[in-house]
Amino acid sequence: MALRAVRSVRAAVRSLRVAAAPAATCLPRPWGLRAGPVRTLRTGSALLSVRKFTDKHEWITTENGIGTVGISNFAQEALGDVVYCSLPEVGTKLNKQDEFGALESVKAASELYAPLSGEVTEINEALAENPGLVNKSCYEDGKLLLEIFQRITAAVNIRV
Amino acid sequence: MQRAVNMVAQLGLRLQALPLALGRPLSCAQDVLRRTPLYDFHLAHGGKMVAFAGWSLPVQYRDSHVDSHLHTRRHCSLFDVSHMLQTKILGCDRVKLMESLVVGDIAELRPNQDKVRELQNEGSDVSLEVVDNALLALQGPTAAQVLQAGVADDLRKLPFMTSAVMEVFGVSGCRVTRCGYTGEDGVEISVPAAAAVHLATALLENPEVKLAGLAARDSLRLEAGLCLYGSDIDEHTTPVEGSLSWTLGKRRRAAVDFPGASVIVAQLKGKVQRRRVGLMCEGAPMRAHSPILNTEGTVIGTVTSGCPSPCLKKNVAMGYVPYEYSRPGTPLLVEVRRKQQMAVVSKMPFVTTNYYTLK
Repeated sequence: MALRAVRSVRAAVRSLRVAAAPAATCLPRPWGLRAGPVRTLRTGSALLSVRKFTDKHEWITTENGIGTVGISNFAQEALGDVVYCSLPEVGTKLNKQDEFGALESVKAASELYAPLSGEVTEINEALAENPGLVNKSCYEDGKLLLEIFQRITAAVNIRV
Repeated sequence: MQRAVNMVAQLGLRLQALPLALGRPLSCAQDVLRRTPLYDFHLAHGGKMVAFAGWSLPVQYRDSHVDSHLHTRRHCSLFDVSHMLQTKILGCDRVKLMESLVVGDIAELRPNQDKVRELQNEGSDVSLEVVDNALLALQGPTAAQVLQAGVADDLRKLPFMTSAVMEVFGVSGCRVTRCGYTGEDGVEISVPAAAAVHLATALLENPEVKLAGLAARDSLRLEAGLCLYGSDIDEHTTPVEGSLSWTLGKRRRAAVDFPGASVIVAQLKGKVQRRRVGLMCEGAPMRAHSPILNTEGTVIGTVTSGCPSPCLKKNVAMGYVPYEYSRPGTPLLVEVRRKQQMAVVSKMPFVTTNYYTLK
């Protein structure tokens, strides 16, 4: 189950890049079915910090049990200039796929859904004064919040 | 996140089925969108097309929504509003037809084939002819100056809500009307379809002018306190409820000869049950269908339109409340995102209008 999920995450990330440039057809490798040397799957922190995307356009990077959450470039472009952010309070416990807040532009509003279960440890305070950071830098200064994972098993389900 | 662009498409501008040939193929199929004469022009200028009331129209171009909105208030913007089809009413009973549809002399036309047929059956001389023209709106403080460079007529003599036929940037037979849907000074130019692209290109050559789409159009009209049919007013609202009593012609009030007269005159004389008001708040934006509550927490009405105001940096909205809550300054609550926020009844327009009146 773990191996299949890695392939699907990689396929998801690949398909997002398709929007920018047409990708060559890339067949998924038949994990574990090749003859020859065995491939090892690294589970160190290098793999853990790769950005993962949900089907609702949130992203999460994880490092040492802390996840950073934001929205994708595709989402910030579709939403338009963000004028209002609604984020949960520090300490809020979230379950995966729970609605945890919203982003609003002049013309539209969109709910945010937790990519992973955990407890909110930090929210991006800069967004209260400058919600446009979500548009300008959706992967860095415009990130939304940090959460600590309460149950590592929940993390494993989506990551691997 | 998928809702983002589709929200604009949900704004209702109900068009009745068009009975008359237009030259361009008519289609009533839901999935085939009609195109204005400027469709390719929009694509060439980076227009992001969406479905709106059965038409393919640009929601915005390369500039952001907020930039486009602010540009209109500071310079001027060009909008393609050709989806609002133009109709010629013919026959000696054309005034009778018009007055059977509207309460005053304001030309908010809805081609009503049933009414035409009804009158024709009674022996009246009236018919409709859809005009194959595009409609371009040029709106903003510098719109008149931009247009003046392309017309011989002195636009200082064309005040708000008047109209004249003139040659515009070499295109003869254009009707220029000093009106619009943004609250700014501006015009709507009716131009023969074949010359629409030429005229739009000529206007765009002036660096003051930028193209603007449906997104900016909606936030501009809301700041100006202008209604969107299907949201703020519909077949269930009267002009009195809609705070639009000024549209009732004096002669017609006396004659009591307009649609809904018995209900409306009663409301004019007595008190009306509910009224459309403006609302302002900070925090999360108020949107259509948000409940309005009094300070005790009882639901008393609903928001019909709302958005963050790019000019005011606050949230503005329109909604209906009972008459006793309709005075500007009345504190109310609006439920947004399951929380109740303080809001206040505000006079409209929210942003001062700049109509060119000769006073």
